Amino acid sequence: MTTIHLNGQDREVDAPEDMPLLWAIRDVLGFTGTKFGCGMGLCGACTMHMDGAPIRSCVTPISAAAGKKITTIEALGRQKVGKAVQEAWVKVGVPQCGYCQCGQVMSATALLTSNPSPNEEEIETSMAGNICRCGTYNRIKTAIHTASDSLKGGAK
Amino acid sequence: MFSDFSIVNHGTDRRGFIKSVGATGALLFTANWTWAQDKPAKKYGGEGMPGGTKSDPKLFVAINYDGTIDITVTRSEMGQGIRSSLALVVAEEMEADWNRCRVLQAVGDEAKYGNQNTDGSRSMRHWYEPMRQCGATVRAIIEAAAAAGWGVPIREVRASKHSVIHALSRRKADFAELVGVVGSFESPDPISIRYKSPRTYRYIGKEHTHSADAVSMVSGTAIYGGDTRSAGMVYAVVARPPVLGSTVESFDGSEALKVKGVLKVMPIEGAAVPSGFKPIGGIAVVAENTWAAIKGREVLKVDWSSSPHDSYESEAHRQSLEEASSKPGKLVRSVGDVEAAFSKAKKTHVATYYLPHIAHAPMEPPVSTALLRNNFLEIWAPTQAPQAARTEAAERAGMPLEKTRINVTLLGGGFGRKSKADFINEAVEIAKAFPGRAARVQWTREDDIRHDYFHTVSGEHLEASLNRRGKVSGWLHRSVAPTIASLFGPDPKHQQAFETNMGHSNIPFAIPNVRIENPEVAAHTRIGWFRSVSNIPHGFAVQSFIAELAEEAGRDPLRFYLDLLGDDREINPDEFKDGWNHGEDPKKYPVDTGRLKNVLNVATKEAGWGKRLPKGRGMGFAVHYSFVSYVAAVLEVEVEKDGNLIVHKATMAIDCGPRINPDRIRSQMEGSCVMGIGLATTGEISFENGSAKQSNFHDYQVPRISLAPKSISVHLVDPEKKVELGGVGEPGVPPIAPALCNAIYAATGKRIRRLPIGDQLA
Repeated sequence: MTTIHLNGQDREVDAPEDMPLLWAIRDVLGFTGTKFGCGMGLCGACTMHMDGAPIRSCVTPISAAAGKKITTIEALGRQKVGKAVQEAWVKVGVPQCGYCQCGQVMSATALLTSNPSPNEEEIETSMAGNICRCGTYNRIKTAIHTASDSLKGGAK
Repeated sequence: MFSDFSIVNHGTDRRGFIKSVGATGALLFTANWTWAQDKPAKKYGGEGMPGGTKSDPKLFVAINYDGTIDITVTRSEMGQGIRSSLALVVAEEMEADWNRCRVLQAVGDEAKYGNQNTDGSRSMRHWYEPMRQCGATVRAIIEAAAAAGWGVPIREVRASKHSVIHALSRRKADFAELVGVVGSFESPDPISIRYKSPRTYRYIGKEHTHSADAVSMVSGTAIYGGDTRSAGMVYAVVARPPVLGSTVESFDGSEALKVKGVLKVMPIEGAAVPSGFKPIGGIAVVAENTWAAIKGREVLKVDWSSSPHDSYESEAHRQSLEEASSKPGKLVRSVGDVEAAFSKAKKTHVATYYLPHIAHAPMEPPVSTALLRNNFLEIWAPTQAPQAARTEAAERAGMPLEKTRINVTLLGGGFGRKSKADFINEAVEIAKAFPGRAARVQWTREDDIRHDYFHTVSGEHLEASLNRRGKVSGWLHRSVAPTIASLFGPDPKHQQAFETNMGHSNIPFAIPNVRIENPEVAAHTRIGWFRSVSNIPHGFAVQSFIAELAEEAGRDPLRFYLDLLGDDREINPDEFKDGWNHGEDPKKYPVDTGRLKNVLNVATKEAGWGKRLPKGRGMGFAVHYSFVSYVAAVLEVEVEKDGNLIVHKATMAIDCGPRINPDRIRSQMEGSCVMGIGLATTGEISFENGSAKQSNFHDYQVPRISLAPKSISVHLVDPEKKVELGGVGEPGVPPIAPALCNAIYAATGKRIRRLPIGDQLA
């Protein structure tokens, strides 16, 4: 039994220690917003925040999350930056199939939280771990700038 | 009965949506509508598809008591935006306010809804008119109801923005006020239905990003194939034969059963080759959660039988393809006398190109859930072909079709992979072993990449002659590629009409002597449709070769190309051998060289073709007709000293006829561009000992953000005449790889004839 602090609540998870956080949260706790994409930390579809930092939950054992603050996409809209990122994604029309976008939004939120005005190179570096097979990358860049502007009060 | 599943409606999270009373409180259009939908029998377009099209409003529209509208979409959403675009067409003609519309997803039921196969870039071109008619019919009913209520002639009222207005008496009624009466009104004669004037459109053809799904997609509430849940659900992964035709000789699941949470180890019945869309068999490990199933499979022991395809090896196969392409093969099309042209020519040029297998790798690997309960089979699946999946599932479960329901979830990408029901029927097989409990089959990424229905592999051999004026006088193209028909038939070795007419035999050039040949080759793995299909290899070879010919002729590639297209003319596809033209009527859809020329001119002009570029940079273009649309692409690239490739700019122009949802056309071009660059640079599945060598995104690399062009501009080109709707989802892909390689040639002088580019630039 492992206790994690998920989206503001303590949750007890009855799962073996090596079970990745992704499957613990999806299958055991039943929150399905976080997606499975590769199981090797290569695609970013499963990105969550652990103590504010983006992690790949498909390769993070639940034991490593014990006592940690975990934020998933379901609660991201409660954060100012997360909400701005989600709104920018909709405004710019980023999603195509949408499957990777929760992970993209989690990564972009982490970026803008630590760096409110990223340049193109910083965006490419920070978002390099998130694959979008539909190829929405150009709109992802645009949406990150849009969210950055709106957070600075200069929404266009 | 199945209310414990959370998958009924996708659209409820849209911002600004006013909560409806829900399906049970909805007034369905079930009134005494007698008008016939019968149209004269046609064998093309939507009518040529199994089940045809439907436009009966009672199938697609329900008005709730609060005036909100439920619009049912029957096509699968996989990123093309069709759930939004088709619903917007209905809303437009109804004069409904999009913010008060909700989009529902139809279950798979071809007899009821018409054809639901979401492939071939045809959802909008087959369903635009039926959905317009549907919306306009509903508006006519609502107007009639309002007029009757006010006691005024119908011609004096008009619907506008979710209300009906009687201007003479300055009365106005919201749709909500009319819900109680519209049901008793009979349908109008379809001939009397008035369509909106395009001048009054608020959604069709307009720039907006209205989406039924964007909010839920970025909030984690959108439901994909793996997101349905119920108490007591079981989770499975399957060990599948590593080689086509291999089967289970024996297995030992004792270690797997020791893994905590593993419930059962069981065989999945597989179909013999050619296996069509059926599962290829294997051993399933069923558990209480996905992780336990994965851990159980790691210690599962299976002995696989040998197979005639054990020796499939990609490098040797490449050589055999190229060898086959160097010799005469089955004649597909012949015009004039190529050999005479070659012998008289001032100059001839020969090139052979190779394109490997590629995997679809949608971000959502195949996944589905099935439940057998109370003599009823219910399925939740991300499928492009709901009816086919339903039919095969019913058969596998021994259930009648009417007791088999398939709920279509969002697809986390499809690209052709999810037209096949193999993964759905695996879930059915497990559900049979766990009656009363929902059974989920989850493919891992390794399963997805190793057991895909791969894009074909091909050798493309081209020869051409140039006359004294530098014009192409003869053209020989041999294409050698395993056919998709090998999925269904006993070892066919030639491409079918639907493959050769994807850029091989239907070339629209003004060349007097043409010979198109198709030497034979067998398939050694499952070959499937990949977004734009055979247009990828054919387009790459043809567009690369024309650039090479321009170089040989010492002419500017653009002028050379325009010359090759000849006079503007409409070619009847029947002139091409087996004139298959994406299932469309040749009279309505000629191949129009003027439209090809137009998109090429727009793209090159917008890209600044001919301008001086910094050292190390180059520009290349390609233009391709497919899915009855015309797309040109110009790429500007830089190759750094270490061989690193940077795509600075992509300029695309598309003429897809009338535009319904411009933003989604643009987004499809952007996505096609990135996918095209990816398949050109790193896309390769290679085989060794009969099995795919790649397994995940470390060795099967798809584009990441840094490989995307620094900018993509998409130009939506107005056709200069009245034309029919064209496709959008696929036709953006074929011109990208050749435009990229033509640009690389311009930048470096290095000609790429073998994909992927890989480390050829280092």
